[in-house]
Amino acid sequence: MRYKNLLPALLLTALLPIAAFAAEDEKIWNNVLKPEYFAQQTIAESDDVIELEAPVRAEDPALVPFRIVSKIKQTKDNYIKRILVLVDNNPFPFVGDFDFSPDSGKADVAMRIRVNSNSNIRAIAEMNDGKLVMTKKLVKASGGCSAPIGANLDEAMSRLGKMKFRLEDEVKIGEPNLVQLMISHPNITGMQMDQITRFVKKSHFVKDVKVSFNGKTVFTAKTDIAISSDPNFRFYFVPDKAGELKAEVTDTSCELPTKRDVCTKGNTFTETFKVQP
Amino acid sequence: MRVLLLFALSIVSLQTTAAALPVKEITDGVYVHLGKHLFPDSQNHGEIANLGFIVGQKCVAVIDSGGNPEQGAALKQAVTETTKTPICYVINTHVHPDHINGNSAFKAPGVKFVGHYKLARAMAARGSYYLDKAAEQLGVKMSAADLIPPDIEVKDSMKLDLGGRTLVLKAHPAAHTDNDLSVYDQESDTMWLSDLLFTEHVPTLDGSLKGWLAEIDKLEKQSFRYVIPGHGDVVSDWPQSIQPEKHYLTLLQTEIRAAIKKGRHLEDAVQTIGSSEKNNWALFDDYHRKNVTTAFAELEWE
Repeated sequence: MRYKNLLPALLLTALLPIAAFAAEDEKIWNNVLKPEYFAQQTIAESDDVIELEAPVRAEDPALVPFRIVSKIKQTKDNYIKRILVLVDNNPFPFVGDFDFSPDSGKADVAMRIRVNSNSNIRAIAEMNDGKLVMTKKLVKASGGCSAPIGANLDEAMSRLGKMKFRLEDEVKIGEPNLVQLMISHPNITGMQMDQITRFVKKSHFVKDVKVSFNGKTVFTAKTDIAISSDPNFRFYFVPDKAGELKAEVTDTSCELPTKRDVCTKGNTFTETFKVQP
Repeated sequence: MRVLLLFALSIVSLQTTAAALPVKEITDGVYVHLGKHLFPDSQNHGEIANLGFIVGQKCVAVIDSGGNPEQGAALKQAVTETTKTPICYVINTHVHPDHINGNSAFKAPGVKFVGHYKLARAMAARGSYYLDKAAEQLGVKMSAADLIPPDIEVKDSMKLDLGGRTLVLKAHPAAHTDNDLSVYDQESDTMWLSDLLFTEHVPTLDGSLKGWLAEIDKLEKQSFRYVIPGHGDVVSDWPQSIQPEKHYLTLLQTEIRAAIKKGRHLEDAVQTIGSSEKNNWALFDDYHRKNVTTAFAELEWE
């Protein structure tokens, strides 16, 4: 009998830390990110337009697989135009800004990201009529002994700029086909502690990704240091005939890890792939 | 009153000298503290790795300093209680916090820190993250001053003379991490492999899978009387004792290559690869998927 009375109280106590964390976690969004990216705009919160897939616990904070799954068809009248991805508690929350068109087939995109500590990953979809819809997912970054940088920097440096396309075995005309674009790049965060060593390294990361098919753009992304080393993107395109996929990737280097006002233009790397349905 | 005073005095003395870390002399002059197989947290404060020291006639070399400054102080106390010979070297076998976080306890005139030539870079790149994690995850307060980079960097190999005994340090190519250093004591034919060898505790990959397997191929052709792992018991049946680790890493390589060939994606592959090894290792659930992730990202560029 006594336990019956205790139970709700116990449950309440158990839930309190979660509630406290949730409130704390909306702080950065409400006070910093929303005013910065969507000042004065109304954003609906829903899973009806896009949904996020990410592990509950990030096994490797340097490399967290993350996928956005669209729930609507891309049609000329109603389509997702843009998706912005943020990790609230990262030192530089901006992950990427992805553009889509009705020709994308599906506004899905998968990538690998760095998650510095327990944080919400947030995606805001902008529809063709300007409507904004947000969804989010909490990821725990447990960390162990790894840090959100790559394991083998020299290896990544040695093949910098190399790219690979991977497609499913059979390419289907007139339907959305999945493409994987692998970019070899260390994507250096520039967050090292200079006082420890002579080693000074500025951030150096992939900034723009553009993929076209027979000259027509099918995928564009603006990205930043929250993308894991060796950036890896999966997205859809709808081929109307045989042709050529072309990726153009540009990197940059910035003076400060969390400011983007002083950056130098980097290199552009290209890769092509023959598509034969 | 007198009792109270004594009590107060004993508290003061407890605070000034740390209790010595338990160590065992595995062979003449080689002392090892065996860590427990635990995930680093606020209960164990990151005190999980094997640590120790080797005593020569003129110098002591400490090998890995512990998971926090306090454990470093306890290891230093163990040295003091064991020998009058001064500490000349603190060797860090790689960048992981359970091996380097005790460095500041040893900082003194005449003490040189020794590490792989890529150790300072790894400390710099990971330092702020490790300090945050020490506070959040380990319940340990540390500052940048606790992260001490090597004074002596080993590029290929180097000999350290301890007086009457020589240590041969070897900087390995990327394997467990990209800054692994092994310490061989010629006198006792003891190889301190640190985290290049895991026994019982699941191996953790933070460098290069292919590189690690290549180092294992070389190491297993050599013979040593004693080998000291970074986690797990000291072994005297080399090279048999590295076979479980070799098997685990080889299995990862085989299964990941097959998955990549089939066009499977990382997030799906991580669910199944290597699961047959689950019951063979401590802390498998804590580290295995991370290992698959790191290895997958490496092997997809073959």
